[in-house]
Amino acid sequence: MSYTLQYGQIWPYLPFLLDGALLSLQIAFLAFCGGLFIGTLGAAGKTFGGPIVKRLINVYVVFLTNTPQLVQIYFLYFALPDVGILLSSYVAVLIGMTLNAGAYLTEIQRAGFESVRQTEMEAAETLGFSRAQQIRYVIMPHVARVLFPPLSNHYILMTLGTSMAAIFGVEELTGRAFNVNAETFRSIEVFSVTALMYIVITVAATAILAVIGRVLLRARMRII
Amino acid sequence: MPRLDIVDLKAAYGSLTVLDGITVSVGSGKVLGLIGPSGSGKSTILRVLVGLLKPAAGRVLLDDVEVRYSNAGDVKRVRDQLAIVFQQYNLFQNMNVLDNVTIAPVKIRGRSRGEVEQDARELLAKVGLADKLKSYPDELSGGQQQRVAIARALALKPEILLLDEITAALDPELVSEVLDTIRVLASEGMTMLIVSHEMGFIREVSSKVAFMADGKVVEMGAPAQIFDAPSEERTRDFVSKILRH
Amino acid sequence: MLDRLIEEAPQFFSYYNVIFLGKAMLATIGLSAVGCLTGIIAGLALALVRLPTGVLWWPAKVIAVLFTELFRRIPFLVTLMLVFFAFQLTGLDLSLFVVACIAVFFIATAFLSEIIRAGFEAVHRNQWDAAAAMNFSLLETVRYVVLPQAWRIILPPAFGFFVLFIKDTALASQIGVVELTYAGRVLNNKGFSAALVFGTMLVLYFAISYPLARLGVRLEARLAKARHR
Repeated sequence: MSYTLQYGQIWPYLPFLLDGALLSLQIAFLAFCGGLFIGTLGAAGKTFGGPIVKRLINVYVVFLTNTPQLVQIYFLYFALPDVGILLSSYVAVLIGMTLNAGAYLTEIQRAGFESVRQTEMEAAETLGFSRAQQIRYVIMPHVARVLFPPLSNHYILMTLGTSMAAIFGVEELTGRAFNVNAETFRSIEVFSVTALMYIVITVAATAILAVIGRVLLRARMRII
Repeated sequence: MPRLDIVDLKAAYGSLTVLDGITVSVGSGKVLGLIGPSGSGKSTILRVLVGLLKPAAGRVLLDDVEVRYSNAGDVKRVRDQLAIVFQQYNLFQNMNVLDNVTIAPVKIRGRSRGEVEQDARELLAKVGLADKLKSYPDELSGGQQQRVAIARALALKPEILLLDEITAALDPELVSEVLDTIRVLASEGMTMLIVSHEMGFIREVSSKVAFMADGKVVEMGAPAQIFDAPSEERTRDFVSKILRH
Repeated sequence: MLDRLIEEAPQFFSYYNVIFLGKAMLATIGLSAVGCLTGIIAGLALALVRLPTGVLWWPAKVIAVLFTELFRRIPFLVTLMLVFFAFQLTGLDLSLFVVACIAVFFIATAFLSEIIRAGFEAVHRNQWDAAAAMNFSLLETVRYVVLPQAWRIILPPAFGFFVLFIKDTALASQIGVVELTYAGRVLNNKGFSAALVFGTMLVLYFAISYPLARLGVRLEARLAKARHR
């Protein structure tokens, strides 16, 4: 075998790949926001809800976190048309990732809620805070500080997870890498450049999130 | 004959100088007591001696041979000849008492298990723990743990024993059982370097006492001199404050 | 739609298909298990390399840090493709299962080495000091003192990673490894309805993952309770 790496051949495709990376970021962001919304409701339901609500949320969380996201999206994409719901691949991926994120973020946020110690609540009460003031000045800042690091971490994992969209033909970073590979057959070059892009994206995202967490929330986070 | 000379020793944690030119020595069968306020560098001397902190300058001579702490072989040799007992006992949490005492002689020095175990049983009996051989550290009181740590150090048959505030972490009622053990060792002629806040004890067992402050030896002399007639202002201050307690 | 599922079910759960799915399930578990078992050894090696302070160790340390930091930041699908195409170039005649195992191995090594390193750091500094002062080498310290204490801290997250990765191995279907997801696509292509096929796949993954996840939780609770840490 004599294979020489020829990065020159894929150089012209760089803008094309970077454009795909933007879509990756977009998918991760949208799915995370949707997941955060579901997760907040879920965590609130698990903390304050009745037994039936808790049960239902539990079934959702346990089922979604114990099955592969890929197969979940397969189900949405291929099985829902049987009942007349036709999703585009982009929408199927987005819904799948959102539902999946919702399950994980429910668990993460529930743990955060629980960490507000009873003593802090009592301290706030003895200081004469009203219920609303307790939430505003004691619970929210504490929960935010505790939750920010694991949420950031999950956001990074989701950014990597968006590469799954390529399987459904969505032209995000990995999807475009598949396309460039099909055109140039420079597989190693294409996928190593793609890998590097994911590394740069996640390193940058980690650093930005850590700076935000430290400055705004005084959360303990490693920047690099 | 064991002899330890420390000459103009300097050490730092990062940019913080903790030892600023220390010169002390201890001869065979003698006990050197190191006293001084917290942060004066007493414990750091012991950490440097066993190679846990690299010295920045100065010389350490063990039996008149210089120890180069940048040299792995020298560090190995010095660790074979010195044994240290830590303030927090530092017993291996995953081993019972007997294993704590025997592990280094058997696994590291390669001595026969039977012989080492025999020694270990004798040492543990000597520190009054013959009935705790199979106990784990978290089942023992602080005083018992510290006595195990002393037995563990002695099982290494060190020429010189270094004691780093070994009663500082103990409840007051447990202090004497540990100090009694050391008194016995002193009477048997064990060469020791003792860092302690127990002034009465230091005065009693030491052949020589060094008072340290800010990484320097302020004054050194016989216990009676340091405690009864210190010549330096700082020593007098420290001693009078301590003794008034 | 329900009628169609009931109608198809007997054919779908034919003897041949059940065997096919059973084998696919084994491949799914095997991928994660082989990758993680080899990964924990390599991960341990990487964590060990990062311990010594000598200058001579710098190159090895840099490689270990880069490996752990980089491979945790590449999507599994991209790693799979890189490994797949790299082996195509070498012309080695490796089965796709082995290729996928190697991709899992890389990622598992990176994640597990980080877990092991955190376990090492959880062992109190004074244990390392005591061992060093008694002339234990770094390896002896790890073997006799640190690992016997750290494994209780390492095992739960390491097992958690293994269970987590069982689901990620679904991506190995993309290079043609006949595991559960691939089997699902084959059956789907044979004409079985997607709802039946992928619904079954979800249930089968759940049947693998859920008991293991519960086991992990119990393991963690049990190790946390145990004494002599």
